Amino acid sequence: MTSGKQKIIWSGIAVLVLIYALFPVASILSTSFKAPSDLTSGKFLPSSGASTLENYQQILVGDAQGLFLSALRNSIGIALIATVIAVVLATLCAYAIARLDFPGKKIVLTTALAVSIFPVISIVTPLFNLWRNIGLYDTWLGLIIPYLSLTLPISIWTLAAFFRQIPWELEQAAQVDGATTWQAFRKAIVPLAAPGVFTTAIIAFFIAWNDFVYGISLTSTESARTVPAALAFFTGASQFEAPTGAISAAAIIVTIPVVLLVLLFQRQIVSGLTQGAVKG
Amino acid sequence: MAAITLKNIVKKYGDGFPAVNDVSIDIADGEFVILVGPSGCGKSTILRMIVGLEDITSGELMIGGQRANDKAPRDRNLAMVFQNYALYPHLTVFENIAFPLRLAKGKHQEEDVQRLVTEAAAMLELTDHLQRKPANLSGGQRQRVAMGRAIVRQADAFLFDEPLSNLDAKLRGQMRSEISQMQRRLATTSVYVTHDQTEAMTLGDRVAVLKKGELQQIASPRELYEQPVNLFVAGFIGSPSMNFLPASLEGNILSTAIGDIEISPEKADKARDRPVILVGVRPEFFEDASLVEEHKLHHGSTFTAELTHTEWLGNEQYGYINFDPAPEVREMLNSLARDMDADELRPQVVVTLDAASKIRGGRPAELWLDTRRLHLFDPKTGENLTLDAEEGARLTAEANAERAEEIESARQVAAG
Ligand SMILES: Nc1ncnc2c1ncn2[C@@H]1O[C@H](COP(=O)(O)OP(=O)(O)O)[C@@H](O)[C@H]1O
Ligand SMILES: [Mg+2]
Repeated sequence: MTSGKQKIIWSGIAVLVLIYALFPVASILSTSFKAPSDLTSGKFLPSSGASTLENYQQILVGDAQGLFLSALRNSIGIALIATVIAVVLATLCAYAIARLDFPGKKIVLTTALAVSIFPVISIVTPLFNLWRNIGLYDTWLGLIIPYLSLTLPISIWTLAAFFRQIPWELEQAAQVDGATTWQAFRKAIVPLAAPGVFTTAIIAFFIAWNDFVYGISLTSTESARTVPAALAFFTGASQFEAPTGAISAAAIIVTIPVVLLVLLFQRQIVSGLTQGAVKG
Repeated sequence: MAAITLKNIVKKYGDGFPAVNDVSIDIADGEFVILVGPSGCGKSTILRMIVGLEDITSGELMIGGQRANDKAPRDRNLAMVFQNYALYPHLTVFENIAFPLRLAKGKHQEEDVQRLVTEAAAMLELTDHLQRKPANLSGGQRQRVAMGRAIVRQADAFLFDEPLSNLDAKLRGQMRSEISQMQRRLATTSVYVTHDQTEAMTLGDRVAVLKKGELQQIASPRELYEQPVNLFVAGFIGSPSMNFLPASLEGNILSTAIGDIEISPEKADKARDRPVILVGVRPEFFEDASLVEEHKLHHGSTFTAELTHTEWLGNEQYGYINFDPAPEVREMLNSLARDMDADELRPQVVVTLDAASKIRGGRPAELWLDTRRLHLFDPKTGENLTLDAEEGARLTAEANAERAEEIESARQVAAG
């Protein structure tokens, strides 16, 4: 019964990976409910009776509110705009790559790959100087542009791979069935392309949402600072208190949208990533 | 319903190579025409030009008496079944079939759509699968859905691009007869593309044989079989295919590698003054001389040959005779094989014998050949020297009459 044995081994591995991946999250979650005095207790869970919502209050309605809420607004806005631009451009680009024959097709793809493997940290200093000179420093646009350099290449690659699998013959079938060119595209192709575009959008959003290096280097005030960067500026209630609790609470709050997105759309994401459903 | 006329149609793709070259075909209203030829000969291209998915480089396409060269596909009102079905994977079977109806906005009420789709589904035995997605269907069922989508609206003509090539042999036979019956019942003009000559012969009212973008012959299956215009058509139509024997003609005697064959003076006269001619003989023109009835013997010629081996199939048997052609003849046979998309033509003659024949391989045997039906070809041009155009026309006229009768009786069955 190798299959039974294999199943047990795989389950074991899965559990190990889950623990490995989720332990830090669980730790942050429990820390976010600890009172400042409890932080150094050395225990995993808050001491009994000492569990508190104080940290959440602090960042949502208390002292740190200004810092956190504006950062949240920046994060959402910048990540969304970067995602939309990346997906629109990548869709057009990938469509051309998948459907048209033009010289330089390979170059577009390899350039995209080259850009995406370029280390972020090596561009951030020149970018810092450039942005200060041309006035993009500490603005939304100043972050959206570098985010595009992160999100565009991967979007182009995933979408191009996805579009290549779409049976474009359907467009012609629809035209013979009586559709106009536009109807054929909308009724036969868009429903098939949508899951791929959607998956790409989610991946692009996560990349922009999770960025720290650009966020901390290219902003200086609340006008553009994103959540991952803002966390570094939290201070404790007094200068003798570590802001660990508040940071944990903020970290949990920014994790929630990611988890929600994945849970809500996991079917689309899986079908988008594995495709195949289109064939046949 | 409409007649379709192709006048001197040429198609050149980007590289300037003519994929379809000067093809003219008249398809009558309600007729079932097959385009057949080896792969790459331009069949799909012709079909796609008719339906409007490919521009016509030059020539004229008329549908129902109107010039259609520049019409968009949606304005031609034709229905097409694609080789790999082209079903919409995100729609159910019902919605796939209803797709063309829903596109014709305002033309159909919801009840009409329901009724038409249900009727088409019943006709194709898809009723139980209407709510399933194409991905969950078998190959044969997908094929039916594609057909359903084509027949559900009142299209002027059906176009089929190798619709059965993805099915296994058994299903192919079954679907073939269903398509044939459906076409008779609906009497809708149909153009059907295939590379399979069996499909072509069984389905078509007329069959157009194409080679490298050029129309070779268009005629009823019987005429193609009995009166092929050239070597290519003769070799492509029929299975097992026609044997080609190099021969020289002296008087009325053809000397071939398998023996001397006497032919009628009328036939011989048409082929005189050529150093080499090719004799085209279908396997069933041969018979075991001892089994041929007395009164038939004088229609043919008897000769002695040695078979290498025989294959007994129950209802008949195949015998094989090897021969050794001259190098230039061998080269010619090979180029003919390449044209037909076949492997190398073996220098071998296939003969069909009665199942009761006692002839076996390895011993000399008396064979009889029906010389009335053989054809003589010019080896250089491939032209059939003994073509009897009148007889061909008679065969096709006969087929047309039969067909008219069949359609009439199908109508009566449908009405009664
Ligand atoms: N889009 C195209 N661009 C260039 N050449 C093509 C194109 N489509 C078909 N051809 C060429 O045209 C010829 C006929 O093709 P096709 O009509 O598909 O043949 P068939 O259907 O008989 O197999 C082939 O030589 C093929 O290579
Ligand atoms: Mg084809």
